[in-house]
Amino acid sequence: MKHTLSVLVDNKPGVLTRVAGLFSRRGYNIESLAVGITDNPEISRMTIVVAGDDHVLEQVTKQLNKLIDVIRVSDLAPDESFERELALFKVKVDKGSRSEILAIVDVFRAQIVDVGLKTVVVAVTGTGDKIYAIEKLLHNYGIIEIVRTGKIAMNRGEKVVKIS
Amino acid sequence: MSKKTRMTGAKAFVESLRAENVKVIFGYPGGVLLPIYDELFDADVKHILVRHEQAAVHAADGYARATGKVGVCIATSGPGATNLVTGIANAYMDSIPIVAFTGQVPRPMIGNDAFQEADITGITLPITKHNYLVQDVNDLPRIIKEAFHIASTGRQGPVLIDLPKDVTTDEVDFEYPEKVILRGYKPIKAGHKNQIKRAADIILQAKCPVLYVGGGIISGDASKELVELAQAINAPVTTTLMGKGGFPDTSPLCLGMPGMHGTKYANFAIQESDVLVAIGVRFDDRVTGKVDSFAPNAKVIHIDIDPAEISKNVRVDLPVVGSAKSVLKMLVKFIQESQQKADTAPWIEKIDNWKKQYPIHYHTDDKLKPQYIIEKINEMYPDSIIVTEVGQNQMWAAQYFKFTNPRTFISSGGLGTMGYGFPAAMGAKMGYPDKIVFDIAGDGSFQMNSQELATVVVNDIPVIVAILNNGYLGMVRQWQELFFDHRYSHTTISNSVDFVKLAEAYGALGLRVTEPDEVCPALKQAVDSGRPTVIDFVVESEENVSPMVPAGAAINEILDLEVKS
Repeated sequence: MKHTLSVLVDNKPGVLTRVAGLFSRRGYNIESLAVGITDNPEISRMTIVVAGDDHVLEQVTKQLNKLIDVIRVSDLAPDESFERELALFKVKVDKGSRSEILAIVDVFRAQIVDVGLKTVVVAVTGTGDKIYAIEKLLHNYGIIEIVRTGKIAMNRGEKVVKIS
Repeated sequence: MSKKTRMTGAKAFVESLRAENVKVIFGYPGGVLLPIYDELFDADVKHILVRHEQAAVHAADGYARATGKVGVCIATSGPGATNLVTGIANAYMDSIPIVAFTGQVPRPMIGNDAFQEADITGITLPITKHNYLVQDVNDLPRIIKEAFHIASTGRQGPVLIDLPKDVTTDEVDFEYPEKVILRGYKPIKAGHKNQIKRAADIILQAKCPVLYVGGGIISGDASKELVELAQAINAPVTTTLMGKGGFPDTSPLCLGMPGMHGTKYANFAIQESDVLVAIGVRFDDRVTGKVDSFAPNAKVIHIDIDPAEISKNVRVDLPVVGSAKSVLKMLVKFIQESQQKADTAPWIEKIDNWKKQYPIHYHTDDKLKPQYIIEKINEMYPDSIIVTEVGQNQMWAAQYFKFTNPRTFISSGGLGTMGYGFPAAMGAKMGYPDKIVFDIAGDGSFQMNSQELATVVVNDIPVIVAILNNGYLGMVRQWQELFFDHRYSHTTISNSVDFVKLAEAYGALGLRVTEPDEVCPALKQAVDSGRPTVIDFVVESEENVSPMVPAGAAINEILDLEVKS
């Protein structure tokens, strides 16, 4: 089972290494990791997707909490939070396929962010499922390169993951 | 009026140590440490110059274990820093509070593969509780304050501070901070009251309780509370290697050590217990054996200061996170206030029968046996601090010396570091100059840090190294005998050195003992001499540590390996 952790950390050099090192040393696998600054410039947020059962999640959470630079660890419940990811697809294109690709982009509310003679770059934001769906379709035309940001997530409603 | 004084980073380092009330540091100088060593030249903190950096960190560790204070060591950049790595890992595994300082190349050269540069914060990331690379001299006093705080609170452990040379020559308006502010570090001390109440209820219903206690009793200063608990519920206590001395071995309730080389009755008691109260332990594989068959009938209560230890290796029925002292205090109070009274008399009787039936023993004859030497040290000098190396010597010391006080047994538990004992003994002796300090050694382990004979002689640190010399890397040989058909591949080290001459070459006292009746006179001569001493006890070469649970077996599948010659 996959869990999405929202982790607040001190915005200091080396913090990412500490977190990543902890995962590798303890044998946990990071499926996705996204880091960005918060409204407080001294604090960064890491959104980490980790696969594992409840025992693994419990250990990951406790071990993360032991790191001095980690301020707060919160497991986001899937039904009480939403997630987004940005993906860029560089797709082969020719006269015949251009309009079909544009139609797909339209349906997925994606964007064409670069147009070349033989390629287009499609940018899409959404859940992992949505990105998987458009990838499957674009695959038919020949995907040359994929770049994904990793998942970010947030609680629905008034609930927040902030330092108290 | 400002308390601030302008000074260099090197001077601020010395002033910070003074503010932390550091009495002794163990170290070795080097190029990037020149500004710091220049300040140490006439500072009032005592500096012990070791002969290898590994000894500096082990000595700091031994000092910390003996005194309960934070041990401090310092080494230069590059090889000096990497030579600390084993000792830092050792302290990390056993949760020992040390602060290790390393020199680093000047900031503009970091990352350029400069001479004697090593990424020591990167290297020690997984083996420190926390570490720092000081980027600005203005941060130095705060970082040192934080390091001592982190090392000595919560689950204790090593902290490393990497000091670039130019940071130590930059100037700072020095003021040592009074408070530590770390938003990501809030160790839990007091246990949850309701959880402790539940624990008391479970314990009071137990018919066959066992208290399984470890290093958390020692570091948490909870020996007194543990004795009160054991007496209040009349329950037997098994102390792990790390917990030795936390509960008196002389008590009728003491079961000795559990696990691989534990007593049979400790292992039987755990296996038949209905409630296992684990305090300050981490269910190490050397204790549990096959995890699935460990304490199969017991409700497990786990009291630990580190939440991450709960249910890490063994399923726990009732966790209590908090310091051993505060939790046990409250637990004893609840138990004493309760109307209920646990009746454990039949259980204690059963255990006493096991004790009579399966005592720790060895075959005595006219040969010089290692166990006999430990017993004699115990008889003659029961108040000593016993430090050990790793292997058979360590197990015999743990099995045959009766420890009655915390911080009198000092041994590398988790990491199992050969070469630890001698420098750690040196550190312990620096902490308690008036106590007799023995390093119970093997001929293999001692050779891993024997160069420290120079340090103990030059600085007049009279520790006694008792080498149980069997001419083998004994513990590995024992496994080869049992599991590899007596094929002693590369474990024979007999006649590799004359330990008496080696001691004399350094100016220490060297003695050799080959007969049982020479043991006591030699011990007396060593202690009375007041000099650093090496006693080469030439013992029975193929003696085994017994009993033994083979790796991966359940702990009641325990073999007798008594050697009858």
